[in-house]
Amino acid sequence: MSLIELAGVTRSVRLADDRVLEILRGVDLSVDAGEHVAVVGRSGTGKSTLLNILGMLDAPTDGEYLLDGRPTRRLSGRRRARLRGESFGFVFQQFNLLTGRTVLENVAAPLLYARGRQFWSRTRLAAEMLDRVGLGDRLEDMPDRLSGGEQQRVAIARALVRRPRVILADEPTGALDVDTGTAVMTLLDDIARESGAALVTITHDLAVAARSGRHYRLADGVLVPVTLVAPDRPGSLAEWVGDVPVLGATSDAGAVATATPPTTLLRELPGGAA
Amino acid sequence: MTGLVGALVEAWDELRVHRLRVLLSLIGVAAAVTAITGVTAAVDMLTQVSREQSERWTGRETTLTVSAYPMTGTPDVPAAAAAMDALVEKYQVTYATRVSWTQVAVELPGGAQVITAQSVDPHYGTIHRLSPGQGRWFAPSDAERLAPTLVVNEAFLAALGADDLSGHPTVVLQGDQPVTAEVIGVVANAWAGEGPAFTVLQDHVDRWGLMVDPWGSGAQVPALELWVPPGDAEALRDRATQDLAAALPGWQVDVQIPRGETDVLDSAARWVVIAVSGFALLLGGLGLLNIALVTVRQRIREIGIRRSFGATSGRVFFGVLLESVVATLVAGAVGVALAVVGLQQLPLDQLLGTPLQDTPPFPVAAALTGLACAAGVGALAGLLPAVWAVRVKVIDAIRY
Repeated sequence: MSLIELAGVTRSVRLADDRVLEILRGVDLSVDAGEHVAVVGRSGTGKSTLLNILGMLDAPTDGEYLLDGRPTRRLSGRRRARLRGESFGFVFQQFNLLTGRTVLENVAAPLLYARGRQFWSRTRLAAEMLDRVGLGDRLEDMPDRLSGGEQQRVAIARALVRRPRVILADEPTGALDVDTGTAVMTLLDDIARESGAALVTITHDLAVAARSGRHYRLADGVLVPVTLVAPDRPGSLAEWVGDVPVLGATSDAGAVATATPPTTLLRELPGGAA
Repeated sequence: MTGLVGALVEAWDELRVHRLRVLLSLIGVAAAVTAITGVTAAVDMLTQVSREQSERWTGRETTLTVSAYPMTGTPDVPAAAAAMDALVEKYQVTYATRVSWTQVAVELPGGAQVITAQSVDPHYGTIHRLSPGQGRWFAPSDAERLAPTLVVNEAFLAALGADDLSGHPTVVLQGDQPVTAEVIGVVANAWAGEGPAFTVLQDHVDRWGLMVDPWGSGAQVPALELWVPPGDAEALRDRATQDLAAALPGWQVDVQIPRGETDVLDSAARWVVIAVSGFALLLGGLGLLNIALVTVRQRIREIGIRRSFGATSGRVFFGVLLESVVATLVAGAVGVALAVVGLQQLPLDQLLGTPLQDTPPFPVAAALTGLACAAGVGALAGLLPAVWAVRVKVIDAIRY
């Protein structure tokens, strides 16, 4: 039994002119405990919607979402919120730290919604987690005094402070330079591995995606398993590279011209097997 | 439990982070609560001033005044006195005094005068809240002194040619035989232009035969005043009447309880004060509502982030509502504190025109009412922003 499982999930919205826009179509995905999964895709292909559904911030229009093998469709809003707080940790592209609060208060904030020992020990737990991400000496700083990489480390500490079973990272390196992004992802991978949490990363960056064990591409609302290949295999580029704009501009001849050459590239697996 | 504490912590944090806007929005609330509490306290004090002034004449609120006189013939004063003493003894009344008006011949520097003096027992001072401006009131031990003691008014002291008691002024009273009395206390004149007057112990009047009877009206039976617990006053009045009537057959017995009207504000005026304060509180609440609505709109992203932490709709609603309630409660507490400090610092004696013997306790009920009103206004002001916060779509909020 998978930790989380999407089966034929569809998400559609009705537009102002009464047309129906299908954001996700028949998405199947299962993630086991401790597994690291990456989803890549263009902007507007439904990646964030997928993440919101995984994190129970949004609900499928159709299809089934199982958490621990149990369907979530009929859960009350209150139960969904509790499950969200207990089971998921979110890392956002823009960090989304709370303004006016210190680093320590930011990391302790999710524990305000916890119960028992986690609630009453929230300051200590937050300090320990910040120490783990290397910010033990910045507890009382305001987030706007930190660099982008440090802010994302705070966000990672905050996502992990309740010991979630799933970490959902939405473009975690999107606002960081390459080196900082690499350092942050290394930290995120390590910490997730230590805690045994599953990690689902949504990213444009193939280098980031390549760190995961399994990879998916989301295009036009359809989730397809892919594998990552090294960039020194140009023969596989032309058939899919247009779907991955972060790689840079592509030439008509199928060659890749990138400002920052990717270290890995995507290729759709034959038969849809991951 | 953790949910409530967590919501309170969250609300307090929010107020702390936005303290400037909270401070500005809550000035009105604090001022209104100060007004409600302060006005109520001031009214209580004025009422107490009025009560104390009234009680200087009539005795404390539950003082029974017992008087008896024969329906026919001359009074048997010793019999009446014995019956009254028995009354005090029987009901173990702690504070009791005989009161009568006695003509006493006094040798003042300008010549001898017959002055109407009040003769009492030492507890008269307690019952009537008398506090001499100079010297002291009678103590029980004064009754045993070898010379009469007097508490005089300022006019009497002036007639003696003294300014104060530093020279231990004395005066000769013409009783059965002349006796030198010592002035031990001075009270203010009861009214402007009051002539020389004094109070002397009834025991001294009796011992030295101080009473003169220029009009031949004979001895009078002193009235008896009994200060009794409020709960016993009515019952004791009936019992005392029955007992005295039984002890003094053929006498008319009256036992009365003074009914002072001490409310300085009638109920209508009190309602006007409360209505004005309530209106001010409402205006303060509107200011709070205005700012709360604006800031909630600015906090959409934060609300979304908190939802991602697992905040339920109820928690978000409660949290935003609590922010407002906690803020107004804090403002209310500040308002109450201002009222307390204000009342402590104000020169009340000068403002009220008289020193208070029993300063009324701080009106806790008014402070609690003020706090409750503040919390109510906070809840009302927080309701709309809280509803608005709950209606924010989480996924939109996070991207906001």
